[in-house]
Amino acid sequence: MSGSDSVENPQRRNFLGAITTVVGAGGVAAASFPFIHSMNPSKDVLAGGTTEVDISHIPPGGTHTVAWQGKPVFIVHRTPEEISKMQATVSLKDPEADEKRVQNPEWLVVVGICSHLGCVPNRNAEGWLCACHNSTYDNSGRILQGPAPKNLEVPPYKFVTANKILIG
Amino acid sequence: MIKRTLAWIDRRFPLTSFVQHSLVEYPTPRNLSYWWNFGSLAGIALVIQIVTGIFLAMHYKADVGMAFDSIQHIMRDVNYGWLIRFLHSSGASAFFAIIYIHMARTLYYGSYRAPRELMWWTGQGLLLLLMATAFFGYLLPWGQMSYWGAAVITNLFRATPFIGDYVVIWLRGDFQVGDATLTRFYALHFLFPFIIVGAVVVHLIALHTVKSSNPSGITLAAKDNIPFHPYFTIKDLYGLGVYLIVFSVFVFFLPDTLIMSSNNVPANPFQTPTHIVPEWYFLPFYAILRAVPDLAGGVVAMGLSVLIFAAMPFLDRSKIPGGARYRPFYRTMFYLFIVNILVLGYVGATTVTPGTALLGQFATVFYFSVFLLLPWVSIKEEKYLRARGLPAELETLIKDEETQKAEHRQKHKRRHS
Repeated sequence: MSGSDSVENPQRRNFLGAITTVVGAGGVAAASFPFIHSMNPSKDVLAGGTTEVDISHIPPGGTHTVAWQGKPVFIVHRTPEEISKMQATVSLKDPEADEKRVQNPEWLVVVGICSHLGCVPNRNAEGWLCACHNSTYDNSGRILQGPAPKNLEVPPYKFVTANKILIG
Repeated sequence: MIKRTLAWIDRRFPLTSFVQHSLVEYPTPRNLSYWWNFGSLAGIALVIQIVTGIFLAMHYKADVGMAFDSIQHIMRDVNYGWLIRFLHSSGASAFFAIIYIHMARTLYYGSYRAPRELMWWTGQGLLLLLMATAFFGYLLPWGQMSYWGAAVITNLFRATPFIGDYVVIWLRGDFQVGDATLTRFYALHFLFPFIIVGAVVVHLIALHTVKSSNPSGITLAAKDNIPFHPYFTIKDLYGLGVYLIVFSVFVFFLPDTLIMSSNNVPANPFQTPTHIVPEWYFLPFYAILRAVPDLAGGVVAMGLSVLIFAAMPFLDRSKIPGGARYRPFYRTMFYLFIVNILVLGYVGATTVTPGTALLGQFATVFYFSVFLLLPWVSIKEEKYLRARGLPAELETLIKDEETQKAEHRQKHKRRHS
């Protein structure tokens, strides 16, 4: 501020200048909050945060894909052979027991996004194969080989009834 | 650290000297009243419109099937979407209010006169750009008023000689206002504010060349100018505070006052609302359009009613400085003109009856008479004032200015000899 040397009490003027700046900066920060928040997911997007799925129509050995938060979720009705095979093995890359990945051994629920770079893996007899970089997953969604570092993610879900699950 | 960074930049780009020259030391007349706040306020209104507009654009969909619903989405679902939209819709009205006051100040104090004609004309261009932007933006909510406003205004171009019908179809990209119209209006509504920013820069460069006018109407001596900072940064900030309070009252308590209720009904190309009116800031011009009982005549009259302001530097023949302040006839005309604009606004807002139609025609004739009589009135007025003897205050002002001009001329001569 020009002329602050010639005033009677320069500290007082500097103080007033400083608190004015602080109040102004506070105002700008407060005013920018609604704008920044408007870029967060809107209410209709958040409402898509849970998905309820009827699983009664999925036959043993069948897979059903549903959208949850815009992401594909694989629901697999596993056969007894698949279950016993999965319970007997552990993957080496990201070791995790099959029991820890399912609530009911008959039903596997995983987010269908490859933990490598986000492609959607394709179903095959062994489990899944991600076409992008050849990561393979078993029937528990666990990584067998390829560049993916982790198993397929298990989303939060619960059985509402025996034939209905709520994801999210 | 900051000093060293600044020094590094200054060796490559004149940052400090620019700020120093145009914001800190910029000599500003010490006698500016609060009427001189509206230029900077207009700049802030523009920034508010651009910022809120960009955030609205993140959620809006320019498609006839989705436009209306996407506004509802913004109002209901988007976090603080209601706030951003009301800032934008009230902001448009506020922008016009500021610009009209800014223009009224220029007219009252005669700031359009030499050497500030280019300020006035770039300002005139800015007004036209603002009107176009507002018009494009008003279609976007795709309500009944949006639709029929755009339908009526694009139809004005039917008045184009010979190819009128084709021009209208070309403007719309459709035989009616439709999806193509909405999408192009959205594109132009996004583009125009940035053209406005460019025009504002030209306006400001001109301002910094000719400097601010002031209530006395003469060019002040150097000793009567004070640095822009801190004197006018503080004054502008204070004015901004008052403005934001008034603006917030509209945004938070009266956001629907200036939104026509029928615009909350989705556009229906088969049903015109029974009472169709433009936004308040177009009402006087709309009244002039309706006053002329002929398509082409009405369009020409409306166009002229906006463009005729550009002729002010030629129409005003008086050499008396200070605008309306020292000129009783000009002052009377100014106030009559303002009252007449309000009358036109009232006529534009009401449904046509024989009475209001006649009032509108009378006010239209009066509107143009003020401009056309100005050369004659200003010459007569100057003669009358000089014959009666100018007010003592004014005599000193004129003498001051003449001494200054003489000094300036001498300096100029010395430099060249």
